[in-house]
Amino acid sequence: MKAVARRLVILIPYLWLLVFFLLPFLIVFRISLSEPAIAMPPYLPVFDLEEGWRAIFDKLSQLTWGNFEFLLEDSLYINAYLSSLRIALLATFLTLLVGFPLAYGMARAPQGLRPVLLMLVILPFWTSFLIRVYAWIGILKPEGLLNQFLLALGLIDRPLAILNTETAIFIGIVYSYLPFMVLPIYANLEKLDYSLIEAALDLGCTAFGAFWKVTAQLALPGVLAGCLLVFIPAMGEFVIPDLLGGTRTLMIGKTLWTEFFNNRDWPVAAAVATLLLLVLVVPIVLFQNAQARAQRAAQ
Amino acid sequence: MSGRWTSFNIASVVFGFAFLYLPIVLLIIYSFNESRLVTVWGGFSTKWYGELFRNQGLIDAAWVTIRVALLSATVATLLGTLAAVSLVRHSRFFGRTLFTGMVFAPLVMPEVITGLSLLLLFVAVDFARGFWTVTLAHITFSMCFVAVVVQSRLISFDRSLEEAAMDLGCPPFQTFMRITLPIIFPAVISGWMLAFTLSLDDLVIASFTSGPGATTLPMKIYSQVRLGVTPEINAVCTILIGLVTTGVIIAALVNKRRVVRESASRT
Repeated sequence: MKAVARRLVILIPYLWLLVFFLLPFLIVFRISLSEPAIAMPPYLPVFDLEEGWRAIFDKLSQLTWGNFEFLLEDSLYINAYLSSLRIALLATFLTLLVGFPLAYGMARAPQGLRPVLLMLVILPFWTSFLIRVYAWIGILKPEGLLNQFLLALGLIDRPLAILNTETAIFIGIVYSYLPFMVLPIYANLEKLDYSLIEAALDLGCTAFGAFWKVTAQLALPGVLAGCLLVFIPAMGEFVIPDLLGGTRTLMIGKTLWTEFFNNRDWPVAAAVATLLLLVLVVPIVLFQNAQARAQRAAQ
Repeated sequence: MSGRWTSFNIASVVFGFAFLYLPIVLLIIYSFNESRLVTVWGGFSTKWYGELFRNQGLIDAAWVTIRVALLSATVATLLGTLAAVSLVRHSRFFGRTLFTGMVFAPLVMPEVITGLSLLLLFVAVDFARGFWTVTLAHITFSMCFVAVVVQSRLISFDRSLEEAAMDLGCPPFQTFMRITLPIIFPAVISGWMLAFTLSLDDLVIASFTSGPGATTLPMKIYSQVRLGVTPEINAVCTILIGLVTTGVIIAALVNKRRVVRESASRT
């Protein structure tokens, strides 16, 4: 009885994730090897177990790498992957640039103030992602609030074009993912024993030296976790490039969406997803390892 | 960490929070704008809120969204709590590495991949797309967030309480219900709230897995946002922000009162 209950506790979520998380990836991979067709579902071939094994082998021989060849030949897709990679990397760096001083400032804040500051960082995370991205459209538009403000100050004499450029995507990613960067860094900095820094300063380290050799080193696991939490989803981001980036900016999440919803080419969309997953395997494994390490450290 | 709170620290905190909050504050302010032009202030008005309640499409979408969110958050909390218990309390079982991977990967998986893969699963088994497919999809990705939240609470609590109960002859299930669950309950509740808001907010996964008659509020907002910024959308967003903020603050206050009461009863 005890053993059965114990197994069920593990088995129920395990089976759920196998069916709804792992199995779908296998199907994506399978369909990425199919030919598109004008039908519902719009791809060939479909397995039909009733036709027996012979039919399945026939169908297997119809699978093709054609979609992947198509992706690698067409510079549109390669450029979309490369431009996503570049945008995600740069955006992660910018998020770190804004997030680290914020987390550092929070960790040095008076003890009583810290829970309030922590709450203030978490709160935007609860409000809708879509709404937060949408809020920037009104600000960045040519006749938007930022341009009105800068014109009124006399800093510029004609509106800046920010919306529908890569700059807008960077602003959107930094803004939306900032809490993901701040929280893990703050968690590491908060634990940091300030007497270590005092010791470094007493022993003749400069303020910058103490920061670099003590604070930055000890915050490193948090920085790594934060960067991965920003980089991986940013790589496949759809909403931000779609709403803020306009038609000219290329990102792979948007390409996948267009293939699926506008071109209705499911096999190519599946191939795009497979390649994106392949690119992300290394950072995802890094993230898993970091999580497992943090868990062991806590236990 | 402590030490002096320098003016540089204060400045970076102030700048950081201004950046985080200014866009939301502006959006809320402009939802009360009389003018149809969203960036020109035409005086205070609540007329856009009135207009919302006459928009049947929007109300239907909101209703679908709330039903999906309530159901998926509840199931996700059950599954996520089980997953957290498996991860923390059972250090060895067959395929543990794969299981850990499947719990953590959805946290960072780009939504377009999750959405597409779930849709292809539903099509492969010929499951009619609509309310149920969106709900199943939301359960799957939000249970992993619940698992992480509950897991951190399970790790930090004193296991000797459980061991004491078991030593005194309490069966494992009863030990879980009477000792473990009450202790991790705040985390279970915040896990539920997280799952609820994740479901409420999701656009991409819902767009892939939804079918006719199951348009959710984010899908509706998205289709209108593509046509431009309008005061009605500002008003919908303000209502959503207001609801979620109130919920989170109430939860935080309740939690705080509980902590205070606990520490008071201990002295």
